[in-house]
Amino acid sequence: MSDDVETDVLIDARGSFCPGPLMELIRAIREGEVGETIAILSNDNGSKRDIPLWVGKAGHELIGVFDKEDHDRIVVKKLK
Amino acid sequence: MVANSLAKSLKKEEAEITLVDEDGKHVYQPGFIYISFGNEKPHKIVKDERKLLRRKVNLVVDKAVKIDVDDRKVTTSKDKKLEYDYLVLATGAEIHPEDIPGCEDAYHFYDTESSVKLRKALAEFNGGRIVIGIGGIPYKCPPAPAESACLMDYYFHRRGIRDKVTIELLSPLPRIFPIEPIDPLVSEVFEMKNIKSQTFFNVESVEPEKKLVHSLEGESADYDLLILIPPHKGAKVIRATQLCDRGGWIITDRETLKVLDYDDVYAIGDATNLPVSKSGAAAHYENSVVTGSIIGDIRGTSKGEKYDGRVTCFCDAGFRRGIMLDFDYEHPPVPPPFSRMAYFKKMFFNKFYWWILPKDRLPGFVTGKLE
Repeated sequence: MSDDVETDVLIDARGSFCPGPLMELIRAIREGEVGETIAILSNDNGSKRDIPLWVGKAGHELIGVFDKEDHDRIVVKKLK
Repeated sequence: MVANSLAKSLKKEEAEITLVDEDGKHVYQPGFIYISFGNEKPHKIVKDERKLLRRKVNLVVDKAVKIDVDDRKVTTSKDKKLEYDYLVLATGAEIHPEDIPGCEDAYHFYDTESSVKLRKALAEFNGGRIVIGIGGIPYKCPPAPAESACLMDYYFHRRGIRDKVTIELLSPLPRIFPIEPIDPLVSEVFEMKNIKSQTFFNVESVEPEKKLVHSLEGESADYDLLILIPPHKGAKVIRATQLCDRGGWIITDRETLKVLDYDDVYAIGDATNLPVSKSGAAAHYENSVVTGSIIGDIRGTSKGEKYDGRVTCFCDAGFRRGIMLDFDYEHPPVPPPFSRMAYFKKMFFNKFYWWILPKDRLPGFVTGKLE
């Protein structure tokens, strides 16, 4: 899948340390609609590990973790 | 804080400063948790705003009900229309416990009345399971749930019934403490104090009749006394504008603290959508950026002030020990030692807050940059 996949919501959490990006994602998941896709930009290594773990536990779909030049783009789909 | 800082620097002929405040009261919110444990009295954490403000500041005790940033006007509930050249939004965070179904069975310490109720419930609690959950993200003071668990341990030790009480923290994150580098230290303390925990437990609902709390992730925990950090939202007056995200948090530039593309509108403190702690310390550091920008603009001496994401927090671990954390966008916190010094600094700050921060009397070195 292309790492530039378009999403419904974009959260720029660059500059925020863990757990900031995960907190932002959980907030977006709570506020979002089922089926919505969310991209979160993060340059925090801990979030790169924690976000996929949470997405798996919470039963959503991790579309991908894409390495960009100076940050990661993590794309998630809300399933429930 | 912003009004006083501006009034301190600007002459009367340079600016007229007006503060709109709903009830004219200034509440020291870190005191709530101490009310719950019987260590603070409600009347000691509130003061009349007027007494804290410099004379140059006009205080309007009224509720802002409409903000029109295109027409540069704020309307109050008494239909007073205030025009401005610069607007600083410090509308804070609202708590909404009612957003969690079954919340009526839960306690919290995010306002005075609820903290007093919790104090009574704790005083009457003689044994069983106390569960601390988190009803939504973001919430004010990220370390507060772990801090309250440690203070709970200390409280029941002092009452001599710690062995009859199970304390469990339900963390929404993959760790107990929100700030990762500090988590191993806090985990060690939890183990030492026999405080239990579950991770990735984002509270979704409460079933009072079964005494169960359920998570967004599909798990449940039983309790005898439930403390639930309430869901937070941006202020209603902000949610009625186009200035905020879906949570009602003002869309704020992380460095200039300007709102969206408006050069004359700033946001500060809990009200923003910035990826920093919702805490008084963040507001304090942001204050110098906002006031510096406005003063520079008025005098034509702007230095392009930028907020670096700095936050300082003191956490009380009980037994008169604590930790102090200091970090910004570029410098993650370093695990500090648990010390009596950090505890006493927190206590000192709690006592002397009124004389220092609202009146902008903090020494310059405290607002310096991290290196």
